[in-house]
Amino acid sequence: MNFVVPDFFPAMAEIFVAAMVLTSMLSTTFARNLARNLAYVLAQFTLLVTTFITIFTLDKSIIHSFGGMFVHDLLGSILKLVVCFAMMIALLYGRGYLAERKLDRPEYYLLALLMLLGIMVMITANHLLVLYIGLEIMSLSLYALVAFDRDSMHSTEAGMKYFVLGALASGLLLYGMSMVYGATGALELSGIAQAVAGQTANKTVLLFGLVFLMAGISFKLGVVPFHMWVPDVYQGAPTPVALILSSAPKLAAFALALRLLVVGLPGLAEHWQTMLMLVAAASIVLGNLAALVQHNIKRMLAYSGISHMGFMLLGLLSGGVGKLDFTLAAYSGAMFYAIAYVLMTLAAFGMLMLLSRAGFDAGEIEDFKGLNRRSPWFAVLMLFVMFSMAGIPFFVGFFAKFAVLEAAIAAGHLWLAGLALVMSLIGAFYYLRVVKLMYFDEPLDKTPIIASTELQVMLSVNGVAIVVLGLMPGTLLSLCRAALLASSIPGG
Amino acid sequence: MTDIPDIPFLSLAIWIPILGGLLVLATGPDRNAWMARLVALLTAILGFAVTIPLYIYFDAAKVGMQFPEARSWIAYFNINYHIGIDGLSLWFVLLNSFITILVVIAGWQTVQNRVAQYMAAFLIMSGLMNGIFAALDGVLFYVFFEASLIPLYLIIGVWGGPNRVHAAIKFFLFTLAGSLAMLLALLYLHSVTDSFDILVWHRAPLSMVEQSLIFFAFLAAFGVKVPMWPVHTWLPDAHVEAPTGGSVVLAAIALKLGAYGFVRFSLPIAPDAAVAYAPIVIALSLIAVVYIGFVALAQADMKKLVAYSSISHMGFVTLGFFMLNPLGVEGALIQMISHGFVSAAMFLCIGVLYDRMHSRQIEDYGGVVNTMPKFAAFFMLFAMANCGLPATSGFVGEFTVILGAVQYNFWIGLLAATTLILGAAYTLWMYKRVVFGAVANEHVAKLTDIGAREFFFLAVLAACVLAMGLYPFPFADAMHTSVNELLRHVSAGKLH
Repeated sequence: MNFVVPDFFPAMAEIFVAAMVLTSMLSTTFARNLARNLAYVLAQFTLLVTTFITIFTLDKSIIHSFGGMFVHDLLGSILKLVVCFAMMIALLYGRGYLAERKLDRPEYYLLALLMLLGIMVMITANHLLVLYIGLEIMSLSLYALVAFDRDSMHSTEAGMKYFVLGALASGLLLYGMSMVYGATGALELSGIAQAVAGQTANKTVLLFGLVFLMAGISFKLGVVPFHMWVPDVYQGAPTPVALILSSAPKLAAFALALRLLVVGLPGLAEHWQTMLMLVAAASIVLGNLAALVQHNIKRMLAYSGISHMGFMLLGLLSGGVGKLDFTLAAYSGAMFYAIAYVLMTLAAFGMLMLLSRAGFDAGEIEDFKGLNRRSPWFAVLMLFVMFSMAGIPFFVGFFAKFAVLEAAIAAGHLWLAGLALVMSLIGAFYYLRVVKLMYFDEPLDKTPIIASTELQVMLSVNGVAIVVLGLMPGTLLSLCRAALLASSIPGG
Repeated sequence: MTDIPDIPFLSLAIWIPILGGLLVLATGPDRNAWMARLVALLTAILGFAVTIPLYIYFDAAKVGMQFPEARSWIAYFNINYHIGIDGLSLWFVLLNSFITILVVIAGWQTVQNRVAQYMAAFLIMSGLMNGIFAALDGVLFYVFFEASLIPLYLIIGVWGGPNRVHAAIKFFLFTLAGSLAMLLALLYLHSVTDSFDILVWHRAPLSMVEQSLIFFAFLAAFGVKVPMWPVHTWLPDAHVEAPTGGSVVLAAIALKLGAYGFVRFSLPIAPDAAVAYAPIVIALSLIAVVYIGFVALAQADMKKLVAYSSISHMGFVTLGFFMLNPLGVEGALIQMISHGFVSAAMFLCIGVLYDRMHSRQIEDYGGVVNTMPKFAAFFMLFAMANCGLPATSGFVGEFTVILGAVQYNFWIGLLAATTLILGAAYTLWMYKRVVFGAVANEHVAKLTDIGAREFFFLAVLAACVLAMGLYPFPFADAMHTSVNELLRHVSAGKLH
């Protein structure tokens, strides 16, 4: 067996991030007095350069490298871009909050970069083991991040909980992968797809493996029945970490589901689609019902996130009904939903960061009382976010729901679409309650809002983007469609 | 009238109030309230001014949509910014833009708190509602329909009465529940026809089962909005808690959105289902007319009384539509316009009293005529119009619908005609208790009569009510062609 030097070029972004992780680690060790700002600047610099690398290497063709373990395609690039943007915003939002609590140690940014690396590896993986390695890099960094406030009992408890359950889920996923490998003899996704299509694989083992894969994916997406960790971890983790947790990793989980199920196991589509149907329905129902009774806004956002991921799955399970057009529409609907969700959750958690200050953590829904009195501009931005999450038009959330519901109806899942609509009506109530508190009630806390200019500007841009994308969702949707068309997603 | 200037009047009617509303918001805190009021008034007047050419250049003999504008909005879903009006929608665009001016004037002094936000909410709402009446694309319609909930939710919740939160949330969720059913129907229609164009849907062949499902989905959406019995319970709450301006817009325009939906969606898209299920709608409408009439009789709160009277009058509208004869449909449309004027006037009158006494309870009043003679005269006229006295606008619509109902079935006509008695009973009884008699207490004795601003908006509405009652032909003429075309389409059906 002769050794072939792999083509490093397609993986330039990942290699750059890995190099920057090391640079950041070394430089912050040796320049301890500068470390706080240095780590932040280095992290933002890394994200910026990674964005540029990704933009310059955008390509419609599919390039495999590292012996087929790695794939560079348009889908991966677009997802990486969104992840980079989300991380930039997340780090920016969190900075002031962390500084006020003396939590802005360089390790925070280091772990965030490491998590970014894991996500990027997941997005570009074309091989079960690479996928798993990416997942573990991401998850381990996240466990540490959740427990980052090590003097806080809540934070460490959340970290522990997340670690134990996450490790279990990773184990399940790995077990599933081993079964798929056992049945098909392949680790590469295209090889698995071929083996399944060739009917040579043992169907029983394969289905058994699929169930475990599904458990792993569900855990990472945070959907029912593997959702239990979500509210506890969101509530316990420092708010900036909850923000990170609810944004970029969701895109990674979306990529994981897309690569494993759509690329790797299209032959079992009818099975995983049925499973996803149950998972989606249960998530939408439970997420919305449980969010109704929350007092803590982080828990409310966690449950609302569960239901949003359920909605996203509506798109993912509606593909493959025969026509390429339908399939593409369904998957791009799901992708659009995931991106829209990230945008909304960033803004929602950003608001918490805005309302928090030294010695005060905005965590209760009541903390939004009378926001219109304190700052009409940020109240209206939060109103955008809430109505967008509720799926009311002129906001991006409406077209996200529209896209996935249309796909579900085109695929003939009328009952599922009906159920989703009924539950989104119930969901509207708790979003309306936040608007009610902001507009109809008098403030409990009259302190003026002090936040850094960069946070205020970015939050405004984020809020306005929710409206702009709600008015003009066409471009992003077309982009999602083009990305899926150009990647190795089999249609029909 | 052949040379229509090449100006997108319809788009202007939608976007001037919305952009003007944003401008008003930009005036900021209450120390700039005068600026907010001024900008709002100018915007409202300009918004109404651009709708006048719509009437001038409207060709009443022409079948189909006029002033059409179509450009691609979201090419990905094949959603178009397609707008246009016909005889069914023309008057509502005008009515809406007109009422907006009155609402701005009515809130001129009475609203002192967050003035810019108040004015902006009404202006944006007005633009969105013009969008609803003009939209010819299903998603465009839905987007305007849903988005218009947001300003009204805030209007009720921020400037409303003591129980405003409950009323605002109830209003929002009831309406949203109905419109989600409509969204399902829209998506289904798209999956069948591959288009979101309402005019394409009008022609699309649909089986009876499909038509039935679509019909009931639309019934859910529009029935809540009208509101029809038994999903009317949100309306009295919303009316009682809303500020005067909110009640005016709600009664005069927002209720018409539901009724308009029936003629734009339900009847033409599912004509065979509409014929088949007409008896259900007629039964619900009659319950609204008769039962709600009795409920109104029992009210102790003036606003609640007028709210129930609105439900009863809107029952007349849905009754007229589902007679499916020209008299019924045209009468119902005229009733909608007339109710727009009359209910607006009734709520403004109650607002005038409430501003002075801070009470809406009938028992707190008595002998108002002694202290407010000018006001009592206007109130008398509007009360008469509300019970359908000849020579007022209320008479024209009700009489035509009753004629249509008798043509359809004598007994239904008879039941519908009870409204003339019930309407007179609850309206005039309330009027008597509030206005006539001896001065009831020292608060009433201290009342001052209406000022110039109040005189102005009541006089304008009085002129409208009388003009429409004495000479309703311009209103009816613009509708003939569209109504006949609609009924021809419905009777042709889609099952061949």
